[in-house]
Amino acid sequence: MSVTASDVAQVALLARLTIPDDRIDEVTDRFTRVLDLVAELQQVDTDGVLPMSNPHDMEQRLRADEVTEVNERDHLQQPAPAVEDGYFLVPKVID
Amino acid sequence: MPDINLATATAAEVLGALNNRDISSVELTQAYLSRVDALNGHLNAVITVDHEGALTAAKDADDARHRGEGGILNGVPLLHKDIFCTSGLRTTCASRMLENFTPPYDATVVSKLKAAGAVTLGKTNMDEFAMGSSNETSYFGPAHNPWDLSCVPGGSSGGSAAAVAAGLAPLSTGTDTGGSIRQPASLCGITGLKPTYGRVSRFGIIAFASSLDQAGPMTRTVEDAALMLNAMCGLDPHDSTSADMPVPNFHDALRGDLKGLRIGLPKQYFSELLDVRVANRIQDALKELEAEGATLVDVDLPHTQEGIATYYVIAPAEASANLARYDGVRFGHRCDDPTDLMDLYARSRSEGFGSEVQRRILVGTYALSAGFYDAYFKKAQQVRRIISNDFKQAFDQCDLIAGPSAPGVAFSVGAKSHDPIAMYMEDVYTLSVNLAGLPGLSLPAGLINGLPIGLQLIGRAFDEATLLQAGHRFQLRTDHHRLAPPFGEIS
Repeated sequence: MSVTASDVAQVALLARLTIPDDRIDEVTDRFTRVLDLVAELQQVDTDGVLPMSNPHDMEQRLRADEVTEVNERDHLQQPAPAVEDGYFLVPKVID
Repeated sequence: MPDINLATATAAEVLGALNNRDISSVELTQAYLSRVDALNGHLNAVITVDHEGALTAAKDADDARHRGEGGILNGVPLLHKDIFCTSGLRTTCASRMLENFTPPYDATVVSKLKAAGAVTLGKTNMDEFAMGSSNETSYFGPAHNPWDLSCVPGGSSGGSAAAVAAGLAPLSTGTDTGGSIRQPASLCGITGLKPTYGRVSRFGIIAFASSLDQAGPMTRTVEDAALMLNAMCGLDPHDSTSADMPVPNFHDALRGDLKGLRIGLPKQYFSELLDVRVANRIQDALKELEAEGATLVDVDLPHTQEGIATYYVIAPAEASANLARYDGVRFGHRCDDPTDLMDLYARSRSEGFGSEVQRRILVGTYALSAGFYDAYFKKAQQVRRIISNDFKQAFDQCDLIAGPSAPGVAFSVGAKSHDPIAMYMEDVYTLSVNLAGLPGLSLPAGLINGLPIGLQLIGRAFDEATLLQAGHRFQLRTDHHRLAPPFGEIS
């Protein structure tokens, strides 16, 4: 499976990562090597096999729909880079 | 100091000294902190030392003991992998992204160990976001192996393994997504247990791959691992994947012999690809288990090789989703002077994440993207079930499975860091165990040219008790776990 530098740039955009132009060939090369490794999967016959997303096939445990937590907004926002009146501040995006 | 050699002391030994009033937790904690201060410059095993918090906790433990109170690890110092959120104590995940992150709450594992009376000395080095097998992807630089400082300690829980091996603490926590407790335990000559998926709460552990991640003890002995697992595990309402299963007393379960125990040997773990010196050490270890009454049987795990491909789709895919939360908005690294929201996201993430983390996010994003989902992610989840079924069939014929923990001994810093595929092969014997959600234990099995190698035992789901019992019997017969690197004695 070969991917091009522009394929990798498209995936980077989806992942919200920037790859500098001088590193795109190296990143593409290593990305291709990982894809070559995982290509081995295609040799396994998986007809009729159910995908497994949880190792014990657990079902989601539910709890009673009751308030169990207190409001700790100020405490929990302490690690934020910038807040105001309980909101997270981000750069202005619409002029 | 009474007669305790911190370079080799077990938690059970220091607990005995504490309970006999031979030493106070404050004295013991001060002594371990002095070792951390003296030795960590060579090891880089600890990212953050909490002198003040540790001494306060030690004083509280001493007070509790005087009142006749205190939990099962009361006053015993430990180190946490820097992936566990610790309230008020910086938690970096060894990433620039979280270089200045101080969590507002404790992980369940942290609060449970605190409640048991353990004293947190600090936070250990690791591969960035637990992605690596050598500790070299850490933003804070690699940790070093105390058996040979030019070698890696393994990873991702490399700092935790190096710290216990060098006697910076008798206990440390680790997490294991594809081998990150067992492989560094093997390379540093200590005992490491990855419990069954769901046995230990993941709440407050910085997520890598949520269907694979599991926390466990890293210790000198199986007895210490049993003590620590007793304190760590159990159902947690804060983690909907934590298991509602009966929890035995793992320390009590150490008693008893191995008569009638069937140990399965998968031929795929002993192929010609395995280093013959490692194979010989494992064969020697198996003879000890046979002498305890166990019988050896051949079993088949036919998709061991495909496990690597399966893992390197599922783990990056889950990671790409989990790490989407680092957007520069609510916490973590934010780039300077973003021009717009897209620039804020992309530049904060590219500056904050190292290259291995970015590579896995890219692979994971690709595997989940439109047009590739069925060929990669769904296919990998189907093969995951086949691998899980292989284990179930093998366990029809045996009670435990044995093999190596890692393909070889510790390698030099830099030897594999430029070849992601060679690095991924470090986990060939461990990652299928995570795919199947089973418990795995790495035990010191001797030295090869002065470097340790580990025996891995794999158990049925939620049967850590049998694993620990077999491991304990092995350690009663052998002294591999008593060996300590010369480095720790120099100080």
